[in-house]
This record gives sequence, structure tokens and C-alpha cells, in this order.
Amino acid sequence: MNPQTKVKIAFYWNASCGGCEEAIVDLGEDLFKVLEVVDIVFWPVALDFKLEDVEKLPDGGIDVAIINGGIRFSEHEKVVKLLRRKSKIVVAYGSCAHLGGIPGLANLWSKATIMDYVYLRAPSVVNESNVLPKEVVQTDVGELELPAFLDVLKPLNRVIDVDYYVPGCPPTPNVTLKAIETLLSGKLPQKGAVLGADVRAVCDTCPLNETKPEKLAIKEFRRPHAFIPDPKKCLLAQGLLCLGPVTRGGCEASCVKANMPCTGCFGPLDNVIDFGARALSFIASIIDQKDEEGIRKALGPVVDLVGQVYKFSLPSGLLKDLIKRKEV
Amino acid sequence: MVVVTINPITRLEGHGKISIFLDEKGDVKRAFLQVPELRGFEKIAVGRHAEDMPQITSRICGVCPWAHHMAATKALDDLYKVKPPSAAVKIRELAYNIFMLEDHSLHFFVLAGPDFVVGPKAPRAERNIIGVMKKLGAETVKKIVLIRKKLREADAILGGKTIHPVSGLPGGVSKSLTEDDRKELVKVADAGLELADTAYKLLKDLMKNEEYVKLMTSDIYVHETYYMGLVDDKNRVNFYDGKIRVVDPKGREHAKFDVHDYLKYIAEHVEPWTYTRMSYLRTVGWKGLIDGEGSGVLAVGPLGRLNAADGMATPRAQAAYEEMYSALGGKPTHYTLAYHIARVVEMIQAAECVKELVEDPEITSPEVRNLPTLTPDVGIGVVEAPRGTLIHHYEADEKGLIKKANLIVATQNNVARMCLSIEKAAKMLIKGGVVDDGLLNMVEMAFRAYDPCFACATHSVVGRIPLKIEMYDHEGRLIKVITNVD
Repeated sequence: MNPQTKVKIAFYWNASCGGCEEAIVDLGEDLFKVLEVVDIVFWPVALDFKLEDVEKLPDGGIDVAIINGGIRFSEHEKVVKLLRRKSKIVVAYGSCAHLGGIPGLANLWSKATIMDYVYLRAPSVVNESNVLPKEVVQTDVGELELPAFLDVLKPLNRVIDVDYYVPGCPPTPNVTLKAIETLLSGKLPQKGAVLGADVRAVCDTCPLNETKPEKLAIKEFRRPHAFIPDPKKCLLAQGLLCLGPVTRGGCEASCVKANMPCTGCFGPLDNVIDFGARALSFIASIIDQKDEEGIRKALGPVVDLVGQVYKFSLPSGLLKDLIKRKEV
Repeated sequence: MVVVTINPITRLEGHGKISIFLDEKGDVKRAFLQVPELRGFEKIAVGRHAEDMPQITSRICGVCPWAHHMAATKALDDLYKVKPPSAAVKIRELAYNIFMLEDHSLHFFVLAGPDFVVGPKAPRAERNIIGVMKKLGAETVKKIVLIRKKLREADAILGGKTIHPVSGLPGGVSKSLTEDDRKELVKVADAGLELADTAYKLLKDLMKNEEYVKLMTSDIYVHETYYMGLVDDKNRVNFYDGKIRVVDPKGREHAKFDVHDYLKYIAEHVEPWTYTRMSYLRTVGWKGLIDGEGSGVLAVGPLGRLNAADGMATPRAQAAYEEMYSALGGKPTHYTLAYHIARVVEMIQAAECVKELVEDPEITSPEVRNLPTLTPDVGIGVVEAPRGTLIHHYEADEKGLIKKANLIVATQNNVARMCLSIEKAAKMLIKGGVVDDGLLNMVEMAFRAYDPCFACATHSVVGRIPLKIEMYDHEGRLIKVITNVD
């Protein structure tokens, strides 16, 4: 193929764990096939390009920017805004960029509380002069700078306009490959679409689906550590808070196959704007109790409801960052 | 004042930088390694169901998710005071040794490989995975890639997922191993042994290369520090369990303790110019970024573990261990580049453990869970992550809700020594304002030996950390640019 016609791709990571990078590397031989038809213009983890190289490109000079990780530092904001300007298509890759991910649960606390605990109050810390990392530091030899830790973690679409999403923590090789194929095919779906995954719920793709009763009726939820489920029966029917019915499929139900409930990392199905609210309404619909006391009993073991229904999506919910824990 | 800034281009713009300050004569005054990374997992944990910790904390690192998953799972055993059935422990150890082998092999072949195989002084354009392919042959490299893939798939069988596994629960694992799967794993185990052997052979050739040995043992790469790692009841290296042992710079046992006492021995220091906390030995004290017996700076990871132990737990690894110390002039060894040798010795032990475990008849027992019955209170768990000792400490209420969490992450234990390594390389190589062109490679090698986790940079597919040094004069004019990429 003529290199002039190759699709120009940029990869970037924000407050990421590196798992999304590993997921791309895990494409293995397929990655090499993809690399034959694309031209990577920016991938800090793998190739030597500097931000200035991106700045020099014309606006729209990148065909696709694939960005993972939530926005947690001032530098992340700077880079993704630049990538937006330079890219025709921006893809939020993985749960953190898509919905906030697990690092988004930090939004339950203020920035000050996090800094205070991590650098002053954690039991192993010895910090008598109350030193905190600072954006500008005068040392005995000169000035040093650090990027700012922002007030909250944001998914990508709260900082820049996002065209498509690839879900999962991390996205599986199959989902990643399908998404890339779609992007390279030229037949682009409607803006805002989720690429590579299923239109059905995890539940509809689950090997235990046949054992799911027509009408779920839960008297009392149970937590995974508290009992040993029958591995051949629907986990939800056994009282485990499995989010398979409200979560987008594409993961091949890998958690359920290991006898653990779905925790929602692939995010909501089409046309759902708040994953946690959707999960809550579903939970409410399957509780088999008559009165308030009964409902309290049914949900009794689930003490951390926020952590269950918003495990991967707190910063993308309708309430945004308004849900805060009492400072202790 | 001249400031030299080295940006590791990988994880650049938000993931790490080195700044070097020169005095009027152009000699190095100080060098800083800054890590701008904070997500607040210790607060994220608070208010969560305790049993969610193995899945939540694995998100600290997608390169070593198994380390956090396992440390958290062991902390949950302790939180509920529930002992897993023997088969569950074996499944965990199997998964963990597979992970250790796979992670170490990526570092050895892909990242450090170019230095070993192609040579530390080879032209930069050849010091990458493609250069490795040329020397070893494409077939060998393909085979290495394939074995690594198999190891990752094996961990998906055991943990549900390779990246961010889900199987860890207090008192066991969520999934037992079927006989069919076990048969598959036997093949993987054989391939794993082959992988470790290939690495070992490469290493032996390397140790015959006088030039490399000279570099490895040169003063640039020496720091006399304390060393720490988990040991079994015979003081042999163990990745999954045991007591934490610390030796002093002379190799004498300084401490040996149960992880429940970690706060008596380990403390953390905060600097305003970086977001990482730096561990040190509380029993010795923080004396600043200096080495020696009077400074509490310690080293963990492959070299820390081997120095802190009396030997390896498996026969072939033990033989390799003896060979390593005899080649390096005895124990402990303070050469930072010996991390690479120690890593290969550990690959052999991990591969031997995998082989032994897949052939254990008990591994397919369906008894893989004991249910917790006691009220949770405090749980502390420890494992050896590939990059060093990793401790998870939780406090929970009676409903199993986390009230407090403290995490001592492997790279935090090493970060003070890494700062020393970078400063020393800089001081020895920059004189009178002249930056030796070898500096880049030298700094890169000092940094890379630790396989630092904050810069997942080190898992670069091009097999090196691309660096760029920019030198400015006192008026801010760019006077020199050196880069290791063409």
C-alpha cells in the first residue's frame, strides 16, 4: 500500500493503568497486520514522537486518535485538547475514557481529602513537616514543576468531543479488533456509537442464560464471598448482584464463566445515559418483597450500593460529581 | 545555572521526567526523577465491599494486575481469618508463577534484550527488538512471542481474565481447574521451561562478554543499600508467601518479620517534587537520598529478593543463583545491572514451580473455597510483585466495608534507589558542562534495570526508553540536544 494513503492513527493514555496498552499489545499477530495498513503518528508508550510533532500537524491531520484513561492531571487535558484539534475522529478506548472507570470512584472524595490521606495520614507515612507535592517547587538547586492534580476525574467526553467509544476494562482483543476494522472500513456508524461490542446485553450472551428464570424474583441479595454459587445456574437467580442484564455484551461473559458476577465494565446498552440509574431501576424491578422493610432486607447485604452500580461509571452519571461521601 | 531535562518520551507529558541541575562549573549538583501520577486508590477503597478489593486494586496496574489481585486476596483471607483449601492455594500459586514468568520474560527479551543480545554499544538503530530478531533469528523470536501468549491465555483460564482477573475471594478462588484445562496447562508449563532456558542461555553468553561484565560492575551502577524480599521457612525466595526478610549492605540479616509488623519496619517519605511516596526502613531512618549502612534506602525486586534470601526454592534456579553470585564476586551484590541476572534466575524458579504445580494431583480438586465465618476487622496481605514487595493493608467494619486502606506498592520501595542511580550516572558522566553522549544510554540502563512500574514505558515495544536531553545555557538558549532516537 502506498504510505501516502495509510490511515494516520494516534494513541494516548491519561490516568491509565496500562491495561489498555497491554490489551492492544495482546492483539499479537493481528496487531502486526493492523500496523501494516496504518501509520502511527503518536504513541508515547511505544514509539518516539513528541507532542511538538503532533502540534506541527495540520488540524485534522490525524485520521483517528484512540485515547484511554480518565482525565486526572492538567497535562491530560492539554494533550487531549490538542489531539481533538488534530484528529478527524476521536475514540474513547476502555472504561476509564468511556465512563470514568474505577479511578472515577475517587470522585466520591474531594481532592484535598485524597491528598491529605495519601501524603499525611496513611499509616506508613512519616511527614512531620506536612509536605505535599506542589505544582511549583523551589529546591535548593532550582525550580521544579509538576502537573496539577485536578479536582475530579473526568471521562473523555467531559473534556473534549468524542466520536466513538470502545468499552471494557480492558476491551478484549476481539472487541478491539472489530472496532479497528470498523474504523478502517470507511463505513462509519452514527456519531456516539459504541464500536466492537455487542448490541445485546452480557446476559443474552451468557452460557448460563438458559437457566435464568423467566421472572427473576430476589428475596435477598447475597455477596460473592458469603456463599458458593452453583456454577451451572444463573448467578443473579442465586442472589448475586450480576449486572449482566443491563451491561453491554462483547466480553463473552468472561467473569461469569469464572463464577463471578458481571460488574458492568462494558457500560450501558444503547440509549441509556446513566448506567447506575439503569442498574438501580433493574434491581428494584426484581426484588420480591412487599414493603419497605422487606426491600431493606433484600438489599441488606449490599451496603455499598454506589460502588456496585457505579463501579465503572460514576463520573459519567447524571449526577456527575455531586455524590460525595461524608468526610471522616 | 544550566538545567538539563530528560524526558522519557514514553509516558511523557504526564508520566515521568528527569531534571538535572548543573553548577557554574557545569558539574551536576542534583538530579531529580519526578513521577506525576496519583489516582488515590487508598481512598477509592474506602466504603467499598471488602471482597471487591482484588478487582478494584488490580486497576492500579494493568501490567501487573495479578500482583495487586493476589495481595488483596491474601489480605482478605487475613481480614476474615479464613484459610483457603490447599488446592485453592495451589491454583493461586500456579497462576501467580505463570504471571511472574510471563512478566519477567517480557522485560528480559523485549526491553533488556537489545542490550544483551545486540550489545550495549551497538548503534542505536539496531538496539531494538528488530535487532534482537536479526541476532536470534525470527523463528526464535516468534517462538518467544507465542510462548508468552500461551502463558497469558493460561492465566485467563485460571483467573477468568488475564488483565484484571476476577477469581480471588477470601478463603479461596472462585473457580476450580478441570482436568481438560490442566492438560493444556501441562503443555504451557513445558513451553515455560523452554522460555526460561532460552533466557538463561542468552545470559550465560552475555556473562562471557568482558566488556559487558566490566560495564555491569563499573562504579556508575553500584549502590550499597539494604535489600528486602519474601522468604520461605528455609529463607529461600518465594513470590507468593512467607516472611519479609531484610539484609543490610553487608548481607547480614537486619530483620525478618511477619507482614503484620510491617509498620514497625517500613515507613514512607514525601517529597514536594514528585507524587510518589518513597519507602525506607523505619529501623534505620530517612537520611535523605543517600546509600550506605546509615541510610534506610532499600531495594526490592529480583535483586532485592535474591540478596535478601539464602537461596532459591527449586534446583535449577538454585544452580543459576550460585553461578550468578560466583560470577559477581559473592553476596550481596550491589550492581544495579545484576537485576537482569536475578530476573532470569527467578524466571527459572517460576517455570519450575509451574511445572511442579500442574503435575500436582490435588490441583484439580473441586474444593477451592472455605467460607468466611468470622467478623472482619484488620487484614494485611503481602506478595512479591515482579518489581518487589507489595503490601495491602485493610481495616473493615463488621459488614465487611473497607474503612481504611494502606498500600505499599513495589515501585515505591525502589524509587529512592532509582533516584540515586540516576543522580550517580549523571554526576559521573557530566563534567564541566560536557554531556557525554553515552549518558543517555547509561541513564537509560540504570533506570531500566528496575523495570519501574510507574513508567510502563519500560514495556515499550521498541525495546528502549526513548530519551531526549535538552541543555540550555543560563540565558535559556538551547545549546545542545542529544537523543537516542534517530
